[in-house]
Amino acid sequence: MSRIKKAFENGKAFIPFLTGGDPDIGITEKLIFEMEANGADLIEIGVPFSDPIAEGVVIQAADERALSGGVTTDDLFAMVKRVREKTQIPLVFMTYYNPVFSYGNEKFLANCKDCGIDGIIIPDLPFEESDEIRGTCKEYGIDLINMIAPTSEERIERIAKSAEGFLYCVSSLGVTGVRETITTNVTAMIEKVRSYSDIPCAIGFGISNPKQAKEMAAVSDGVIVGSAIVRIIAEHGKESAGPVGEYVKSMKEAANS
Amino acid sequence: MEKKGRFGQFGGQYVPETLMPVLKEVEEAYLAAQKDPEFQAELNRLYSEYADRPSRLYYAEKMTMDLGGAKIYLKREDLNHTGSHKINNVLGQVLLAKKMGKTRVIAETGAGQHGVATATAAALMGLECEIFMGKIDTDRQALNVYRMELLGAKVHAVTSGTQVLKDAVNEAMREWAGRMDDTLYVLGSVMGPHPFPTIVRDFQKIIGKEIKEQLKEKEGRLPDAVIACVGGGSNAMGSFYEFVGDKEVQLIGCEAAGEGADTPRNAATIANGRLGVFHGMKSLFCQNKYGQIDEVYSISAGLDYPGIGPEHAMLHDTGRAQYVPITDVEAVEAFEYLSRTEGIIPAVESAHAIAYARKLAPTMGKDKIIVVTVSGRGDKDVAAIARYRGVQIYE
Repeated sequence: MSRIKKAFENGKAFIPFLTGGDPDIGITEKLIFEMEANGADLIEIGVPFSDPIAEGVVIQAADERALSGGVTTDDLFAMVKRVREKTQIPLVFMTYYNPVFSYGNEKFLANCKDCGIDGIIIPDLPFEESDEIRGTCKEYGIDLINMIAPTSEERIERIAKSAEGFLYCVSSLGVTGVRETITTNVTAMIEKVRSYSDIPCAIGFGISNPKQAKEMAAVSDGVIVGSAIVRIIAEHGKESAGPVGEYVKSMKEAANS
Repeated sequence: MEKKGRFGQFGGQYVPETLMPVLKEVEEAYLAAQKDPEFQAELNRLYSEYADRPSRLYYAEKMTMDLGGAKIYLKREDLNHTGSHKINNVLGQVLLAKKMGKTRVIAETGAGQHGVATATAAALMGLECEIFMGKIDTDRQALNVYRMELLGAKVHAVTSGTQVLKDAVNEAMREWAGRMDDTLYVLGSVMGPHPFPTIVRDFQKIIGKEIKEQLKEKEGRLPDAVIACVGGGSNAMGSFYEFVGDKEVQLIGCEAAGEGADTPRNAATIANGRLGVFHGMKSLFCQNKYGQIDEVYSISAGLDYPGIGPEHAMLHDTGRAQYVPITDVEAVEAFEYLSRTEGIIPAVESAHAIAYARKLAPTMGKDKIIVVTVSGRGDKDVAAIARYRGVQIYE
């Protein structure tokens, strides 16, 4: 059984995101353990990209900080390898297609396997284009995480049926970032998925506070939080382990309350 | 699985899931418009009465004599309304937006030419318009910002990333992903996800079609070479497309080499780029070994783009077209040369094509014919060229 499945065995999953190398690779490594200790079920590690078109300003700024600090894809592979020696928590990379494609799909996925990454999320690789990497992902045992959005409608069937690991359900139009309210009818989206597949559904985009975590977890299998965490890291920098840990704890609890 | 919008291995639709349905909506609307005689008649009327098409094919006699080789004709896209070829595309796309029932258009712009053209078409057709432009570009092209505002558009100065054209595209894509119900993203070049490279090429191919007809009338034959500048590549694709099947016609794209294709400061994608996926398309991009997109440089804000349209990448791959790097120095000299020699001040983008014509013409016989597309007029560049020459002019 893949490690990703285990993320959904401990009540509603809480899935935090952080940008690898923000503010530096050592802090990222420390934060991964802090998140795990405070109840994270799966951790998304962002491989920074110069032009992250699906991200709002908070994660854009994190990518810029990481890249200007000199972090590279190879540094992240090495970091994950060190982390993997001490933990079995499911880890997935979230990045854009060019850092993967340019590195070489085969080489990138072989390194994922070697360092202990379990899945990969590529927001600018839609279902129609994904077959150029899907086979290689299978070969190396890396789950390619599909995404559905509020606009997907009749596309949900194909996407849900080919989903691996979990399905990333985008809660809102637009880009990542904290939102006051989530207006999409996510319940209907997820019911539609359920009619085609029993893949775990995690909701992301716009979730920042315990109230939202509780509401979203109630209609899904887990919640994903990125910008709200990256904002804490931006504020506290090298001292962010404490505040990030507390936040993760409160969100995991809220999701299961 | 169905692969849409491929030019050989290039092209495709590499965008977030959120945008996939609206791309399909645009594609379907475009296919319907192509077959709709009413749409075509309306577009042709706008081309003729509003944009002043057909643009002239002008025999540059003094330039021809001076260079002493092939006969040179200039395709005068600079004479179009709004001063560049960009109007051809925006009239088509904004008309399409209207047919789709959209009430708002958004667009990216570098130098401001596409932004001005989009704002113009939106004003004409009564649509709301918002333009995304890198903060650095809004500073260096302040006059165009005011021009867009005068036309009723709202201009957003993009402060993310490197604050230039590629970042303006990023921001326009983000905006579109948040609001597509009433909004069409009017892409300015033969780039981005399918169907845009095809749509923009189709709206620009009138350039080459006219060249063919006009030259046939004047000379009774095809040109030996067609030269155009390339950033994303819309005026070049528009100039080339009609001739792709005429193998005897040499097609030459001139890309911006900035301070030199072998220096760190350039935007020569064919010379220095490698295969990648960015802004919705698989094509060639200037990037580092980890796939981070490079910051590129050219004196020309319109050619200052780290990629190239996928159809150009294919024409390069198959050898059907050649792409040559032209430096800032060569472009500025050509800018001054055409001004003095023919009394035509070209856009600094177009000056890249003029620069290569100056190299090529003397190597060809007097019985040969070169057509150079002057994609835009140079009024917008006068102050910048003056500064380049050490003369301080305030716009």
